Parts: sequence; structure tokens; C-alpha cells
Amino acid sequence: MIDGQARQRIEDFLLDCAWAIDEDDLEAWPGFFAADGRYRITTRDNEERGLPVGIMLCEGRGMMEDRVLALRTANIFEPHRYRHILGRPRLREAEDGLVRSDSSFIVMRTMQDGRMDLFAAGNYRDLLRVEDGRVLFQERAAVLESRRVDVLIVIPI
Amino acid sequence: MNMTATPGGVMPAWPEGGVSRVPYRLFSDAQVYALEQERLFRGPVWNYLCLELEVAEPGDFRTAFIGETPIVVARDEQGELRGMVNRCAHKGALVCLAERGNRKHFSCIYHSWTYHLDGRLRGVAFRGGLKGKGGMPKDFDPARHCMQPIRVETFCGLVFGTFEPDMPPVEEWVGPTMAHFLKRNLGSRPLKVLGAHSQIIHNNWKLYAENVRDSYHATLLHTFYTTFKVNRLDMDGGILLSEGTPWHHISYAKRATLEEAAEYREAKVHSASYDSKLNGPELLKTEDEFDDGITHSVQSIFPTLAVHFTLNSLCVRNFVPRGLEETELVWTYLGYADDSEEMTAMRVLQANLTGAAGLVSLEDGCINEFVQRGTRGSGDAAAVLEMGGRGLESSESSRATEVSIRGFWSGYRGLMGYA
Repeated sequence: MIDGQARQRIEDFLLDCAWAIDEDDLEAWPGFFAADGRYRITTRDNEERGLPVGIMLCEGRGMMEDRVLALRTANIFEPHRYRHILGRPRLREAEDGLVRSDSSFIVMRTMQDGRMDLFAAGNYRDLLRVEDGRVLFQERAAVLESRRVDVLIVIPI
Repeated sequence: MNMTATPGGVMPAWPEGGVSRVPYRLFSDAQVYALEQERLFRGPVWNYLCLELEVAEPGDFRTAFIGETPIVVARDEQGELRGMVNRCAHKGALVCLAERGNRKHFSCIYHSWTYHLDGRLRGVAFRGGLKGKGGMPKDFDPARHCMQPIRVETFCGLVFGTFEPDMPPVEEWVGPTMAHFLKRNLGSRPLKVLGAHSQIIHNNWKLYAENVRDSYHATLLHTFYTTFKVNRLDMDGGILLSEGTPWHHISYAKRATLEEAAEYREAKVHSASYDSKLNGPELLKTEDEFDDGITHSVQSIFPTLAVHFTLNSLCVRNFVPRGLEETELVWTYLGYADDSEEMTAMRVLQANLTGAAGLVSLEDGCINEFVQRGTRGSGDAAAVLEMGGRGLESSESSRATEVSIRGFWSGYRGLMGYA
């Protein structure tokens, strides 16, 4: 049973994660995941065909930290920022005391010169660990509606 | 503007220096782009269309493109592979809207003209009219109205198509060096698809054709490897060009220093973590699959195909022109049908290195656009391609060369009517 208080906590958590990305606090982003948590970006087409390779995959916080470090120090790209708009999550209980959350998102991307585009839309398929009043992603899949990515993805969605 | 006297008269003059110079205008001239559709894509080349496994069963179809021309590849009832322009012989509407599927026959939704899987016209709605009125003329001959057929051929699990009736077989056309390496990577075991996505890059298709052949930029732009100390710059490697026209290439590298470790040789499995600052070193866990020591390769097949095999990550890249200044780069990740779970897991993780969010490759999503934007209004100015000389010889010992890009342009010049 997911009560009102648990839902409130989960909604705040999902919002905080999007906020961390949008406000460029990317170093905080891996901390939203369990140490052995999984993050991936894939497409609806790959999901429906049961294909394991998507666009990005991090197994464990370490790989997420590597992604952030690569973005800060190694990868070269035109500076841009995201703005996430989240839908209310659909919540249901899952195995092992986890909570399954599905929520729609859209991401607007603004380039350094002011160009602004609808960059991504899709569903966050999340598996949440809710313990001692704390929420963490055990798994987060950003499933993009489109199989086409404009230019590149370097900032996690 | 300075023009050549080529038929059509729209191609810019090529500056002195042959393939060591490339007029920037070729990337942003609409007339050049239109002429490429005719002379290059619909000319004497084999164009990559799809994977054979995508059209394995009778009735399977897959839509694709030759340049901008829409194509359907289908396997007919007899198991024969067919290729045709995806265009109704009536009013020209697309016949197949879906990217893939299985059909008994094709049907144009506009006026319900139906076609056999080989493109022959099967039926015309209301051909005899209604209540004795209207309908097609008596002498209308369905045999003379079909979806325009093209030649298709399969090599190493890849389906190619051409508008040119007199093309030699694909294997002969790519030449022995290219054919050997395609067999190594794609032709030795049955393939399976692990995933796919695409990337819209805002540049002319030829900038990506150059970029994928550009071994000079690899360790300069893509700093992921060096920053994370997971790759050696002193690896053996080289560039091989196709025999005849050197428009296809292979760039390869060997992690020679890793081969020296006895454990690596004996167990054939290792983690690269000892040499890395990665917090998630499992990303680069890898296993040797071949005896030739090559651990990274990119192979291009003119005009719009590339295959890379980076560590254990095997991928087919098809860059499809979507207009003068837009290209869709489709990444299809592959494994072998008989891969172990461990091997599949490695291929899946290593897919992080490439693609739209590739730790190594993502820069290519924007770098070609920077050239597109940088060369606007450049008049008769031209790119300088002199790294590794000005010629077209394979470079067996060094990848600090632009020879494979010059090879691309030698093929391009031939097709487009330059001497």
C-alpha cells in the first residue's frame, strides 16, 4: 500500500532528481541511485523488441560518476542546458518491497546561442527503493518515444 | 562562382592539388546535392540497405534509402530477395509506410493498387469501373506498371542495392582486402541485433563520410580514452584502402601492450581496470575474439556505410542523407547468435563507447555541424588534406594520416565527373 505520505516523498524525490540535472548539479545525480543501481536511456522501439542495447547504460553509481566526469573533463560539445517537465507518477508495489513508478517527461534543450528545442519526450520506468523515509533509484530507464536523437546526448535525461 | 565544364555545369571547379584539396562549397550547394542523387547514389555503386536477418522469412520487408530515394527490400514467396523503389506506379505515393514487417503483398493506401512482393502490379481497384462505367482503358497493361525494381545482393549478412544494371558482385566491387575484413567481422557466424537508435546530425552527408575515415582526429577530439587512461597511444595500427578505387577503408589498432601480459594471453579475459581511473571499470571488461590482435577497427564502404568493432562492440553505421545539411546516422548494434550471456553483457556495456551518447563518439554528433557552420559563405575556399602526404597509398604503420579521406574524394571525383 502506497500511502499519501509515501507518494508525496516519491514525487519530491523525482522532482529533486530532475532539478539537480536542470540546475547543472550533475555531481549530485549518482547519489539519487542505490550503489548498485542501474540507469539507462533507451527507445520505445528497443524496449518493445526486447533489445538490450539502448543509448546509455550505467551499472552502478561508479559508471554514473564516470559519465559525469567524462562530461566535465573529456567530452567536447556545444554547451546546453535541459529543462525537465514531469508528469505525476503512476505508482504500484513491485517485488522485494520496491515501488514501480512510471512518469512522463519532456525535456527542452537550450543551446548557448539561445536555440531552444523539444529535445526528448518519454517515460521514466523507475524501480524505487523506499527505506527509512529515504527514496533511491534501484533502476531508472528513460524510455524515449523517438529513436532519433538530435545531435547528441551527453547530459543524463 | 567558378564552375567546371562537367555535364550539367553545376559542380564547382576543383582547386589545384587534386584530392588534397576539397572545395567547401560541396557541403552546402543544393545543385551539387541534387546531382549526387543521380550520379552517385543512383550511379554505379552498391548502397547498403539493411541486414539480411531483417528480411529472413518470405513476406518480410524493410524500408531503406538510396540517397533520398525510398526503397523497399522484401523476401518474396520463393525466398528470393527483391528490391524496388518504395513508390506506387500510379500516383507515386509511398507504398510501405512501416519500417519493417511481414506482408503477403503490398498495398498502396491511396487508391488500393496492390503489388506482389517482387513489385509486380497485382491489382488495380475498380479497374473495370463500376456498373459498366469508368475504369481503366481496355488496353491498360498491368505488366507495364510495376514498382521500379533495383538490383539487390547480400554479402556477409548485409543487403546492398544498386540502380546500375552492370555492377559486378559486391564482393568483387569492394575488393579482396575489404571483403576479407567484412567476412572477419560479419560473415563468420550468424548475427543478431542487440539494439538500434539514430542520431540527426546537422551536416551534409559527406562530412560524416570524411569523419568516419578520419583517423587523425580520433585521439585529438575524442579525449575520453586518454583522459581515463584506458587506451594506449603507442598501439600498432594502420590504414588499409581498397584495391582499385581507394574509396573504402579499414582503420585498425592492436592493444599490443595488453597482449604482452601473460594472464591476458592465457585466459583471454581481462579487466582493463588496472590501467584505468574509471569508477566503473567493468565498462571496459573485454575478451579477445580474433587471432589477428586487432582490438579496434572502423571500416567504411562507399558511400554511406561503416562498420566498427571496438573491443567487443560490433556495430553497423548507416548515414542517410536527409537533405543538404541534415544526415541521419543509424547505429545498429550486433552480436553473434551463439554468443554466451557474458559476451552479450560485454557487448551491451561497451555500446556505451559509441552511438548518440557514446563516451568516445558523441563529439562526432556536433563536430561535423561545426564544419557545416564554419564553411558557410566560404566562396572558393577549400579544405587542406595533406596529413600523411598527398597521395592514396595504404598506411600500414601510422594512423596520423588523412589518406582514407583522400580515398573517399578520389571515388567521389570519379563518379561526379571530375577527371
